[in-house]
Amino acid sequence: MITAEQKPIQEIIGYIAPYDKILLVGCNECVTVCAAGGRKEVGLLASALHLNSLKQGKTIDIKEITLERQCDPEYVEELVSYIGEVDAVVSMACGCGVQTIAGRYKAPVFPAVNTKFMGASKSQGIWEERCQGCGDCMLGITGGICPVARCSKSLLNGPCGGTSNGQCEIGPDTDCAWRLIWERLVALGIQDRYEELNAAKDWRPGGGAGPRKIIREDLI
Amino acid sequence: MKTESRLEKVLASGALAVTSEVGPPRGCGVDIVKEKANMIKDYVDGINITDNQTAMVRMSSIAGGVIVKQMGLDPIIQMVARDRNRLAMQADIIGAYSLGINTMLCLSGDHPKFGDHPNAKAVYDVDSVNMIDMVKNMREESKFQGGADIKIPPKMFIGAAANPFADPFELRVMRLAKKVAAGVDFIQTQCIFNLDKFETWMEGVCERGLDEKVSILAGITPMKSVGMARYMKNKVPGMDVPDEVIKRLEGVPKEKQPEEGIKMAVEQIERLKECKGVAGFHIMAIEWEERVHEIVEGAGLYPRPQV
Amino acid sequence: MENFEPEIVAFCCHYCAYTAADMAGSKRISYPSNVKIIRVPCTGKVDAIHLMKALEKGADGVYVAGCLEGDCHFKNGNLRAKARVARVQKFLEDLGWETERVAMLNMSAGMGEHFAKTAREFTEKIKTLGPNPVKEVKTASKAV
Repeated sequence: MITAEQKPIQEIIGYIAPYDKILLVGCNECVTVCAAGGRKEVGLLASALHLNSLKQGKTIDIKEITLERQCDPEYVEELVSYIGEVDAVVSMACGCGVQTIAGRYKAPVFPAVNTKFMGASKSQGIWEERCQGCGDCMLGITGGICPVARCSKSLLNGPCGGTSNGQCEIGPDTDCAWRLIWERLVALGIQDRYEELNAAKDWRPGGGAGPRKIIREDLI
Repeated sequence: MKTESRLEKVLASGALAVTSEVGPPRGCGVDIVKEKANMIKDYVDGINITDNQTAMVRMSSIAGGVIVKQMGLDPIIQMVARDRNRLAMQADIIGAYSLGINTMLCLSGDHPKFGDHPNAKAVYDVDSVNMIDMVKNMREESKFQGGADIKIPPKMFIGAAANPFADPFELRVMRLAKKVAAGVDFIQTQCIFNLDKFETWMEGVCERGLDEKVSILAGITPMKSVGMARYMKNKVPGMDVPDEVIKRLEGVPKEKQPEEGIKMAVEQIERLKECKGVAGFHIMAIEWEERVHEIVEGAGLYPRPQV
Repeated sequence: MENFEPEIVAFCCHYCAYTAADMAGSKRISYPSNVKIIRVPCTGKVDAIHLMKALEKGADGVYVAGCLEGDCHFKNGNLRAKARVARVQKFLEDLGWETERVAMLNMSAGMGEHFAKTAREFTEKIKTLGPNPVKEVKTASKAV
């Protein structure tokens, strides 16, 4: 999923300071899974913003709503009945959602989370980066471990000389992706694959050719 | 000969080659580079100039290399994959060659996290193995990485690093094989303190016939003190410093430790001269360049051959 | 404010803290009437939003009282509650509210004295912090 973390609350308070009526919009997909911007987090943030206002002797009007997702215009359209009654929108979705709302409505839109990475759950409460959307997936030849996303240097012919106890030189909490790849190749009995040279990457599918688009003619 | 490199000539002659390094300054001015180069010039066949080592900004390796070249000496420039994309790399390579530099090392580069600009975007457009392949094709095929022809190609003698001590150990011979297949001409290893492990690695290297295809220079670093030895053992990634090394330095009073360190370096060289596949030595004595001559003389490697 | 009588909400788990409160009652050990007890099956049921809402609606202090660590009837409900209380304390800190207004307490079912003592101590603490700022606004404008 796309992971995110809530922004420092003072930053959010700074964004909404000029406004009295806020629409606080959550998203039921990725940010719900990583507990950053789902229904629960909308409730908590609204409560925190109320507590903040009350401490200053003021009240603030917050309408709480959580959409199925914010990256599809059909769902964002549901906000049309509320948008006329508010001064500003705070979105707890990832950057994709925030921009979809901003593209549809005239009201100012502010992000409440910092979008982080495409990752997977390691265990409850822990998410790790797994994919950087390079657009040319090589997981089929690296035993299912991505060197682009999980090697700190995105080496295609790693490991470098900095591995220490199987961990990356940047720190003992980071696995050396190439050590993981090697172990997988060995477990699968295909360690000879290791010596095949992976050519320099073409970064175009990965965003090197500008903002990316997918058009499915059969679905338009 | 593939190139005009003095290092290539010395290696081809069958003599043991010696290289050392100079860290360029963290500011402008040619004097420091000249001073350090002058300390080691008669004792080496090539002088490495490091490239933003440990991700700290320094005078560029190529600029340092040009200063060394202008002194009539033989620079070995280093290029890390961290700071340049393939366009900048190739531009710098043809520029460097045009200014008389004919030997270079292709490296991945320490992660920016360690340096003085951890907020920078690390490049890593290509890795060190891709870089070796790229420079080889520039030389042999006169082609840029993108496929176009190079008018006058750079004839670079291509080097890379090897670390027999990083894990997983079983991968380390295979990784060297990859670099050899990509076209590397010489290797400078990480500094060696665990000679047994190094010799085991060399056995694996020779078993695969890699010693016939690439010239391996064993990395030697003299310890200045037991504090330095402990630091390298515990804080530097990919370093293997056996306890015997620490104990030996501990057994000597502080003022005598530098002498002991030099002595140990000379002993290492003497032992590794006998190791099959070792074609020379790369002496890394950062901020201690004034003692390089002692090590080279002590190991019977002075004077350097005429080629 | 003189004669400020705080309103305290205490989420107490059925198996330990609530039983301790009961015991205090039956042994005639008095504890301040400021403390309003809400019985929950386990403190693990208490979520961050409950604590935030209690404060939003005017409680001067909120605490969660569960079993002793390691003795939770539902294994680790009290540890979850502890983590949630800590999270709310972090929110309060970032908002410039006093973090002492929320707390996590642990006790066993037989600790009637302890229940009363901690209830008293918490009430005293909240007295020194003063009333919840919500109250001033509530009197001045319509309810949130």
